[in-house]
Amino acid sequence: MSFLLDPLQFGFLRHALIVCTVAGALCGLLGVFVTLRAMSYIGHGLSHAIFGGAAICAALGFNFFIGAGIWGLATGLSIGRVTRRRIIGADAAIGVLTTASFAFGLVLLGLFPRVKTSIDATVFGSVLGVSSGDVWIVLLVTALTVLGVTLNYRRLLFTTFDPEVAEASGVKIAGYEALLMLMLSFATLATMKVLGVTLIAATLVTPAVIARMLTNSFARMLWISSGIGAACGFSGMYLSYHLDVSSGAAIVLTSFVVFLLVFFTSGRTARLRSAAAHAH
Amino acid sequence: MSSESDLAAEFASVKPLIHLHHVGHSYGNGHVIDDVTLGVKPGQLSGIVGPSGSGKTTLLKVLLGTITPTHGEVKRSANIRLGYVPQTEVVNWNFPVTVAETVIMARTPRRWNPRTSLIERRDAEAVLERLGIADLGQRHIRELSGGQQQRVFIARALIGEPDLLLMDEPTSGVDVRTRHEVLHLLEELNATGLAIVLSTHDLNGMAAHLPHLICINNRVQGMGSPTEVLTPTILEATYGAPMDVLLHAGMPLVVDRSLRVVPRVVEDPRGLDQRAESVAS
Repeated sequence: MSFLLDPLQFGFLRHALIVCTVAGALCGLLGVFVTLRAMSYIGHGLSHAIFGGAAICAALGFNFFIGAGIWGLATGLSIGRVTRRRIIGADAAIGVLTTASFAFGLVLLGLFPRVKTSIDATVFGSVLGVSSGDVWIVLLVTALTVLGVTLNYRRLLFTTFDPEVAEASGVKIAGYEALLMLMLSFATLATMKVLGVTLIAATLVTPAVIARMLTNSFARMLWISSGIGAACGFSGMYLSYHLDVSSGAAIVLTSFVVFLLVFFTSGRTARLRSAAAHAH
Repeated sequence: MSSESDLAAEFASVKPLIHLHHVGHSYGNGHVIDDVTLGVKPGQLSGIVGPSGSGKTTLLKVLLGTITPTHGEVKRSANIRLGYVPQTEVVNWNFPVTVAETVIMARTPRRWNPRTSLIERRDAEAVLERLGIADLGQRHIRELSGGQQQRVFIARALIGEPDLLLMDEPTSGVDVRTRHEVLHLLEELNATGLAIVLSTHDLNGMAAHLPHLICINNRVQGMGSPTEVLTPTILEATYGAPMDVLLHAGMPLVVDRSLRVVPRVVEDPRGLDQRAESVAS
């Protein structure tokens, strides 16, 4: 029992537990769209791009959420724009734009030593100093994301499955790409503190891949992926406390163990489904 | 009773659903389609034929409205409803959707309520019933045969009650039985008054069975019935290769003149001569 109750005596850990659980569910929800749109790399890229934005904000003393949020959104939309011009592919666009942004952040780290202290936690994730403000931010971003996904469910499903026919049916696919990028940028920002830049991509991809192995229904996949994300966030947070390791790493390794369990127990069909989902 | 020429005259006077006037489109390097003028009328069943890169898909997408041509004018009749069936090769068959979900997603994509209404469910059931796949509603799309998969996407297009159904290579990569299934289904749908325009590269298996063809190789090389356009002259202009046309049971049968089957005798290692066939160019 003390295993469960010990961490709760610290205020920041109570906050971190809520943030990790909600962040896991949030990333699990958005991860369904990320994996099914074959954008797994964008979670990785976007978090790196936002790292650059975060470094600029820290160096210039701007509000982290506003500055890095705008930076992440601008990068995400630029990727979409560059890709639509069809001169280079999405993977190359992500590679060029987001790594440039990450490199910019690293340069700032070298030039402004005071940035370093606030950025280290951003890279690997830390539960130290998670305030009630962080809890409210992640709750607000999650509530808005759930609202956005619920209201736009039909169009998000249509544009994810078949963008061409969705466009022919009058759905503005560029608008829904931007909406998804907006939700991803703010989810990345809200969860970056506990998950860390380098590990956010895994929390976006792994729960969705596990959910895909367990269901053939899009609606059920959204629920299962969010549930797995929340469960991994919650248990990963406890592991982080008891093993004294970074929260992001603990959460990602927890979801990896779940992935292995599902992969080896759910049979050949599920493995084929998973492999095919990766291929797409 | 109207004579054939009366029917033809009556059809000619019908206002087209879509009219392309000197339409051209380029993706940057040269025109993919150039100076295309044609009309699609209610109840028409047409096939767009041509080699790879001839502009078949671009023309289809101009008709669909997802490509705005760089040249010319496209006129559509007011409130026209279009249905589109993509090539099965471009569909993500591992996407987690059931047959019913696939059909319903095109019914009312602009609704804010994510829940499927009773009316939407009934409409989906009705269209699946019409296409003979009512019992497959809860199956995943990958679990179906080629013909059933094609029917699912036709059902998705039909649930919007289109005036014109556009199909990109509906028989690409399918076996002969599925091709027959698709062809008969299209004839049935067309008999109800639905206009259909499809692209195909299959001259003998598909195009020759359609009542109207548009031969394209960047420009329109010929338009009319298969007996009018499947001629050596138009086919050579379309495909850039000499082709012969034979008549089989009143239907044109296209034969590539550059491929001749020449019997030759090969030495059998066991000492027995065997006749074999090889394709000589």
